[in-house]
Amino acid sequence: MAESNLVIVGVNHKTTPVELREKLAFTKGNIEESTEKLVSFPEIDENLIISTCNRVEIYARVNDVEKGIDRLKKFICDFHMIPYNMLDKHFYTFREEETVQHLFRVSASLDSMVVGESQILGQVKDAYSLAKSLQTTGLILNQLFEKAFNVAKKIREETGIAESAVSISSAAVELARKIFEDLENHTVMLVGTGEMAELAAKHLISYGVKTVYVASRTYERATALAKTLNGSALDFEHFKSELHKADIIISSTAAPKFIIDKEMVQAAIHERKNRPMFFIDIAVPRDIEPEVNDLENVYLYDIDDLQSVVNANLQEREKEAELAMGIIQTEVSKFNNWVDSLDAIPTIVELRKRAEAVRIQEIEKTLKKMTHLSDEDKDNLHLMTSSIINKILHKPTLNLKKKTQTTEGRTYLKAIRDLFHLDD
Amino acid sequence: MKIITFNIAMISYLLASLEYFIYLVYRKPGVSILATSTVVVGLISHTAIIALRSQETGHGPYTTSFEVAVFLSWLVVVIYCFTHWRYKIKDLGSFVIPVAFLILLYAAFLSKDVVNIPESEFRVLLTLHRTLSVIGFAAFAIAFGLGVMYLIQEKQVKSKKLGMMYFRMPSLESLDNLIYKAVAVGFPLFTLGFLTGAIWNFKMSETSIFSLDLVAIWPLIIGWILYGMVFFGRYRMGWRGKKIAQGSVIGFVTVMLSIILHV
Repeated sequence: MAESNLVIVGVNHKTTPVELREKLAFTKGNIEESTEKLVSFPEIDENLIISTCNRVEIYARVNDVEKGIDRLKKFICDFHMIPYNMLDKHFYTFREEETVQHLFRVSASLDSMVVGESQILGQVKDAYSLAKSLQTTGLILNQLFEKAFNVAKKIREETGIAESAVSISSAAVELARKIFEDLENHTVMLVGTGEMAELAAKHLISYGVKTVYVASRTYERATALAKTLNGSALDFEHFKSELHKADIIISSTAAPKFIIDKEMVQAAIHERKNRPMFFIDIAVPRDIEPEVNDLENVYLYDIDDLQSVVNANLQEREKEAELAMGIIQTEVSKFNNWVDSLDAIPTIVELRKRAEAVRIQEIEKTLKKMTHLSDEDKDNLHLMTSSIINKILHKPTLNLKKKTQTTEGRTYLKAIRDLFHLDD
Repeated sequence: MKIITFNIAMISYLLASLEYFIYLVYRKPGVSILATSTVVVGLISHTAIIALRSQETGHGPYTTSFEVAVFLSWLVVVIYCFTHWRYKIKDLGSFVIPVAFLILLYAAFLSKDVVNIPESEFRVLLTLHRTLSVIGFAAFAIAFGLGVMYLIQEKQVKSKKLGMMYFRMPSLESLDNLIYKAVAVGFPLFTLGFLTGAIWNFKMSETSIFSLDLVAIWPLIIGWILYGMVFFGRYRMGWRGKKIAQGSVIGFVTVMLSIILHV
């Protein structure tokens, strides 16, 4: 098997505490400076840096795996001025096809703190387009990253890895979307101005909710929050009589007893002609009488309910991650095949096959027209055409073998494969 | 030829039901497309059955029980295809196509003899009765599928045990609205079908309307009342959600029972 000479040196949230990670982070300006410096090292042919709050990784194609890894480690230490012996135990390294697998896992968000979160793919894409614009990546890394994006997309489509909500506020939004047809024409009422309630409301607004009411015991606070949410404040005494106007009610007061009871909700639902209501009680102690959930068309979730939804979803994601690993294995071996195809020998063999096929096709066409030729003449024609092909291909074959010993060899191979359509 | 088209339609619906089910559970994107294509193959074949049969009998597909069942199943699939195209509810097929298959399977056991309705001035009434009723039933079949989906989803959200189905089903409100739409199409047609049938029976027998075979008719009346409650309950009294969904599921079972007893 051909060697890709790909390596990774990095740290992430699993291997390194945040105090150290933040020291190792690269800013955008840093990355520009670093990647260009890295290319200038003789060991390194291509490189790319990913730096997020959970990971710092340098991807590189090197001409000697071990020397390359050492170079990258030293570079990171030197760049951030941290002693090597302090960092060395935190580094993880990947070689050859491990690199491919690791990148596929990272961009499909299997290596994230919250498996399946969507941010990482964007971050990897940004890192790639920056490196590409700086021209520090070449044939192999370009192909690797393009492939990684496809794999991530495939995993997102074919597994449920990103399907379910994994935070309290997103679980609440997800539930709202399973109850109501479109959030746009629905109304949210905040009772109390807790931070989590505000977060959930913002989340709902980002999904299209337009009307927001805020009620709080301190009217000033209600007004202030209403302003940030583009809604209107309600007098606390009045929220009960306005309850029927709200589709989604998020309660987060510090009241010691229930402030919304079954009777109240029954009246509201009657007034609303049974249009569904969704109560989210994130107050501790709870604000809403649990029996409210027994009413038809009324759904009540308290903080523990939401937390158990989140936990179940996280477990579900772990299961889906196993499915995703299967996809990754297949794609890794596909990528390896592609790397193999860049080796000189198979390319030369294919090139000759292609030429031979053309020769046979053409000579048969000609011989069909020249029926008067003797068998000996025919043999001579065959000999002649074969030797033309051999002569034409002789020099390129030698040069290709020679060039593949050098760093630009793969570019030649790729050019040959593209020019002669060998990958079709 | 007729047998071949019948078998192709029936097998296609069985296959499509399985494919929809596989899609429901395993979410392989290709399977959904495969299932819908299988339904289309079935529908083409199914249309051919009706065309060939009409050519042979010289009248529309509403004379014998066999014809009515084949026609009903066909309409269920047609309305399903429309709903699929218009509302894009991914998993409705898992709940509706099996119904179309079962009706066709039932038809397979019915007599395929050709019967001609005796010429009479009231023949048009019978034709109207059967056509209107069958279109109404087909709309109810869709409401049934939607109702089952609603009840599954409602149970999950209410009990706070969000299983696999939770992620598959559309929102409760959209299901509720669609159930009502389907019943709002089905109920008036069904009512007209019911009336024309009653009048025809009355004219033909020249006796009182109460001379009908009560055993055969009672599920139909119960079904009619149920759908009436769903329709007017939602329209006038703001009934929503579970009641409507339950009504459309039980109503359909009752009406199907009445078809078996009545036609």
